[in-house]
Amino acid sequence: MAEFWFTYAWPTIWIVIKILFIVVPLLIAVAYLTYAERKVIGFMQLRMGPNVVGPFGLLQPFADGLKLMAKEAIIPTGSNRVVFLLAPMITFVLALVGWAVIPVADGWVLSNINVGILYLFAISSLGVYGIIMAGWASNSKYPFLGALRSAAQMISYEISIGFVIVTVLLAVGSLNLSDIVLAQQKIWFFIPLFPMFVIFFISGLAETNRAPFDLPEAEAELVSGYNVEYSAMAFALFFLGEYANMILISAMTVILFLGGWLAPFDIAPFTWVPGVIWFALKVSFVLFVFLWVRATLPRYRYDQLMRLGWKVFLPFSLLWVVVTAGAIVAFDWFPK
Amino acid sequence: MIIQAFAFYLFALTAIAAGVMVISARNPVHSVLFLILAFFNAAGLFILLGAEFIAMILVIVYVGAVAVLFLFVVMMLDINFAELREGFLQYLPIGALVGIILVAELMLIFGSWVINPEAAQIIAAPSAAPAEITNTHALGRLIYTEYIYLFQAAGLVLLVAMIGAIVLTLRKRPNVRRQRISEQISRPVEDVIEIKDVPTGSGI
Repeated sequence: MAEFWFTYAWPTIWIVIKILFIVVPLLIAVAYLTYAERKVIGFMQLRMGPNVVGPFGLLQPFADGLKLMAKEAIIPTGSNRVVFLLAPMITFVLALVGWAVIPVADGWVLSNINVGILYLFAISSLGVYGIIMAGWASNSKYPFLGALRSAAQMISYEISIGFVIVTVLLAVGSLNLSDIVLAQQKIWFFIPLFPMFVIFFISGLAETNRAPFDLPEAEAELVSGYNVEYSAMAFALFFLGEYANMILISAMTVILFLGGWLAPFDIAPFTWVPGVIWFALKVSFVLFVFLWVRATLPRYRYDQLMRLGWKVFLPFSLLWVVVTAGAIVAFDWFPK
Repeated sequence: MIIQAFAFYLFALTAIAAGVMVISARNPVHSVLFLILAFFNAAGLFILLGAEFIAMILVIVYVGAVAVLFLFVVMMLDINFAELREGFLQYLPIGALVGIILVAELMLIFGSWVINPEAAQIIAAPSAAPAEITNTHALGRLIYTEYIYLFQAAGLVLLVAMIGAIVLTLRKRPNVRRQRISEQISRPVEDVIEIKDVPTGSGI
C-alpha cells in the first residue's frame, strides 16, 4: 500500500496541484485581460471603459461570466451536434495545454521536455481545428466563410513562425524552453534578431486572429464569423480560448525574444525582483501592444493578408534563416 | 511500468478504433476527424518509444498542416453520402489484400529477428545510439552527415512535385486588374495627400 502511495498516488496528486497552480492564475489572467482590453481601448478612445460593477469596474469580467453561464445554450437544428459542441472545447483546452511547457521562472515549469518549443508550435498549429470545426458544424454560411478564412490564414502564418523559431534555435542550439531563456543571459534575442522579432509578433497577431488580422470574425462582413451560431458557455469557451491563446503567444514571444524570466540588467536592484514577476511584466507588456494594435490599425483586406504572409514574410524569414546560419558558421559563434 | 503499459494500450487501442472509424464513418468530415485522432495516438506511441522529436514533427506536419488541408477539401465537397457508401464493399478485397501483405512483411521481419537474434543487431543502427545526447541531436547528426545526399534528394523530389503541381494548375487569366503594391507605395506623398490648415469656425 505504501509503495502504491509513493510511486503512483502522490506524484499524480502533486502534478494535479501544480496544474491547478498554473491554470487558476491563467484563468484569472484571461478574465482580467478582457477587462484590460476594454479599459485600454476605452482610454485610447477617450472613454472610461467598464466602471460600474465593483470599484473601477474590476468585477466586470465575473459579471460577464455569470451572465454567459446563465444564458440558454442553443444548438441549431441543422448543426452537427457532436462536432458543434466539441469545437469550443478543443479551442479552450488547446489554449490551456500549451502552458505545460512554459517556464515562468528558473525551474518553475510543469514539464521540462527536450522538445518544448516544438510542442508549443504543434499546439498553436492545432488551434485552427476548433475554428474550422465550429464553422463546418454550424451549417451556416457566415461561420463557414469565417472558418475557411481562418484555416488559410493560420496555415500561411505558421510557416513564417516556423522559420522564426528555426532562427532562434540556431542561436540557442537546443529545443528546450529553459535553455532558450538561459541562452539570452548576455543579450536578449530581440536585439540581434530584431527583424525576426517583428515577424514573429505580426505572425502572432495573425495566428491568434487578432486585429488587424481578425478576418475570421470580421463583424462588418461575416456578422461575427465562426462563432455566430454559438451562445452561452459554448461562446464563452471560444472567447476565453482566444484570450488564453493571446497570453500563450505573448509568453512565447517573451521566451524566444525578451529573455523570459531574466531581469533586464544583471545588477542589484533588478535581480531582487523574482523571475516570475519579470515574466509576468514582460507578458503584460506584449499583451498591451496587442491591445494597442487593435485600437490603432484598421483591418487588413484578405488578399493583402495573404500577400503579406506568403510574399513578404515567407521569403524574408527564409532568407534570414540562411543569413543567421551563415553568420554563425562564418564567425564561429556556435552555441555550446 | 504499469503506467507505460496502460498508456501503450490506451494509445494503441484508440489508434486502431480511430482507424476503423476512418473507413466506416458515414460522414467524410468525421472520417478526417478520426484520422486526426489516429495521428495523435501514433504520436503518443512515438513518445512512449522515446522518440519525442518524431512525435512532435508528426503532430506539426500531419495534424497541423496535412489534415487541415484534407478537412478543407472534404468540407467543401458537395457529395451524396449515401451514394458514396454503395461502392464501399467492392473495395474491401483490395484493402484486405494490402493489409494482409503488410502484416506478412512485418511478420517476416520480426520472425527473422526471433529466429536469428544476430540479424536484429546488424540492422540496429548504422552508428551506435549515443546515450548522452537527445534524439533530436542524434537525428540531426545522422541526417546531415551520413545521409546528407539522400536527405537532399528527398528534398529535391518534393521540390519537383511542388513545381509540377504549380505548372499543372497555373492559368494565366487576361483582363484581370491586379493591385501593384510596389507602385502604390512608391508614389510621392505630394500626389496622394494634401495637408490644409483649416481655420476654426470655417470650412475648407
